[in-house]
Amino acid sequence: MSLIRPYGDTTGDGMVQLSFTLPIQHSKVAEGAAVQLANKMGMDPALVVHAKPMGEGFTFFVVYGRVNHLVDPSTVEVVERDYPLLTPKEANAAIKRSLRRRLVVVGGCIGTDAHTVGIDAILNIKGFAGEKGLEYYRELKVVNLGAQVSVPQLVEAAREERADAVLVSQVVTQRDAHLLNTREMSAAFREAYPAASRPLLVVGGPRFDETMADELGVDRVFSRGTTPGEVASFIVHRLTGPRPTTQEKAS
Amino acid sequence: MAASQLGIDRADVRRARTLARQVGKPIVDLARRHTTVSVERATLRLAGLGGADPDGTPWVNRLADVVRADTGLEHGVSLPVWDALLRGEAEDLLTLAQKAAAGSVTFRLPEGRDSTRAAGASRKAVAAGIRQIDRQRVAREKMIARVGDAPSKPWIYLIVATGDIHEDIPQAQAAAREGADVIAVIRSTGQSLLDFVPEGATREGFAGTYATQENFRLMRAALDETSRELGRYVRLTNYASGLCMPEIATLAGLERLDMMLNDSMYGILFRDINPVRTFVDQRFSRQIHARAGIIINTGEDNYLTTADAVEAAHTVTTSQLLNEYFAKEAGLEDWQLGLGHAFEIDPEVPDSFRLELAHAMLARELFPDAPLKWMPPTRHMTGDIFKGYLLDGFFNLVGAMTGQGILLVGMMTEAVVTPWISDRDLALQNVRYVMNAAGNLREDFHPSPDGFIATRAREVLGEAVDLLEEIKADRSVPGQPPLLSAIADGTFGLMKRPADKGKGLDGVARKAPGYYNPATEILEGTK
Repeated sequence: MSLIRPYGDTTGDGMVQLSFTLPIQHSKVAEGAAVQLANKMGMDPALVVHAKPMGEGFTFFVVYGRVNHLVDPSTVEVVERDYPLLTPKEANAAIKRSLRRRLVVVGGCIGTDAHTVGIDAILNIKGFAGEKGLEYYRELKVVNLGAQVSVPQLVEAAREERADAVLVSQVVTQRDAHLLNTREMSAAFREAYPAASRPLLVVGGPRFDETMADELGVDRVFSRGTTPGEVASFIVHRLTGPRPTTQEKAS
Repeated sequence: MAASQLGIDRADVRRARTLARQVGKPIVDLARRHTTVSVERATLRLAGLGGADPDGTPWVNRLADVVRADTGLEHGVSLPVWDALLRGEAEDLLTLAQKAAAGSVTFRLPEGRDSTRAAGASRKAVAAGIRQIDRQRVAREKMIARVGDAPSKPWIYLIVATGDIHEDIPQAQAAAREGADVIAVIRSTGQSLLDFVPEGATREGFAGTYATQENFRLMRAALDETSRELGRYVRLTNYASGLCMPEIATLAGLERLDMMLNDSMYGILFRDINPVRTFVDQRFSRQIHARAGIIINTGEDNYLTTADAVEAAHTVTTSQLLNEYFAKEAGLEDWQLGLGHAFEIDPEVPDSFRLELAHAMLARELFPDAPLKWMPPTRHMTGDIFKGYLLDGFFNLVGAMTGQGILLVGMMTEAVVTPWISDRDLALQNVRYVMNAAGNLREDFHPSPDGFIATRAREVLGEAVDLLEEIKADRSVPGQPPLLSAIADGTFGLMKRPADKGKGLDGVARKAPGYYNPATEILEGTK
């Protein structure tokens, strides 16, 4: 593959546009400072096409210019997510197609953890980060058990609801409570279910390490910033796609 | 109502309001028959009980919990609490709460003369809090008279949300200097599900800042300073929603907040809060807002973020009509009704702008004296900031053409980053350009009565009336208000919310004969 550079209106012109704010009162010096920044970023020549004072002591700039960098697409490395991100519509369609019934998700906070922020952000229709929660998905039946659910209660609810997936959120991490609780939970599910029919176990919380799934005995660990769409996509991917033949290693 | 620009028959509008009343009235009756832990705690707050124990649990929670354990919730906490004070168990409310928490006070339900004396004492204590709310209302009016009001409509509404009140303050002041007439401080994610109001100035939250009395006070004081500097009163907004709606409304009244988000069904549908809890709490909170001169903002925009904005347009109208009924029943006046609606139609839909205009004109015509709160696009903001900027311009244009009272400024970086200083400035330039260029377009613009816009507006009103008819006819649970059954059936949005499920149900009690609440008595003016 050949080397390429940005395209404005002529092949090889290398033109880019950039906007930013500098914490400086608008003046000739400020415009010069904007050019200096653009130069340091590799734009040369750089043309300040717009400079406007914003609030006290700030100036906003729009800069056009030529960069001399080349990019080589053949050396680009892409880390592929091991499941595709689905829109709610696509997720619903996948469930309908493969399960022919609603997929049941049971969720809650286990142990003494009373912080439902995480589980609610993922499950409540209100959602998080501009994405709707799992309740919004027509083909998902969501049972949110809320806070301070004991492990036996969780197992019982999962059985009663015939859960396909169990979501557990852990925010409190004092004395590694999140890890201990998660291990206790996964052990209880292993004991209560034959391996083939055990629901998918997913844990999440701001202090979890996403590579610890195997160690904790769960199918997936989600960390800070996870959105409902990611969780839904993962669940749908694992429960409606072909079952993995070997234990997937989290990368 | 002036002659309709949309060819709407006045009889249809009357019909819609009659239906909203018929659907809403049984809910009001239900609300009158119940109390909640948060209503009782709000009453204690009005009587001056604040602060929290060393673990951060508010004293109102500690006291109300002990009273409830001793005498039940169904009589209200006022009689047992002031009876204990009259019996000399403690010299004041705070000491009583501390003693109760330590287990050294037992509460009883006073009878006869004891009960009369306790009622009188509680009324006196609570009246002091209501007088403070009255004083704050007068202070707002005086300050507006002295420094001036927002120069024009719509009021420009900007959001701050850092999680740290001491970061929020300079951001809010900067936003006001840049042109905001209203500052909203977004709450921490999940506060709506806390069954207590956190205490003190807070410096960490999840995607927002906790609503606390101290945070309210700090922000209002800062904006007072900025209002004087700018020569216009800058309004402050927060959220009276969730499990502590009555208490947060009370704190807002005490600390002179100016607007509160307060929707009749949002907590039920989007937060899975028990419907009865919500309606009881909501009525009390609206009575407080009415007294405090606070403008409420309702949450109809949420319907359009979860359902198709064309198909669900009539659910917005239906909800506006219900919100109006509940608000007026609670004593709010037209100028206090910031009924919500939003610009959320997929821009790929043909005639999407005409549809938006039709829906907004319908809201304007149905509620001519309400300020209306106009919410910017969020669903179809994709990260293409250039397209988003254009979409926000069209949003502003609809706002200009339909005389919106409150305009939440749309950010081109919606769904990308929390707004940068430049995003806010560009967004305000967008608003100013449109208002300056087309603010008076209303004078010239009259849609053809047989045209697309007027026809669409009538169609949406018709669907809203049909939906209200359908709700009114819902008899799926005999003896239950039809609106509760409709909510349980999933009539609104996709959520089914049965009346006996949801968070906070254990905090609801049916009032016993002899139930007494001095706050309700004063707010309803029954004595």
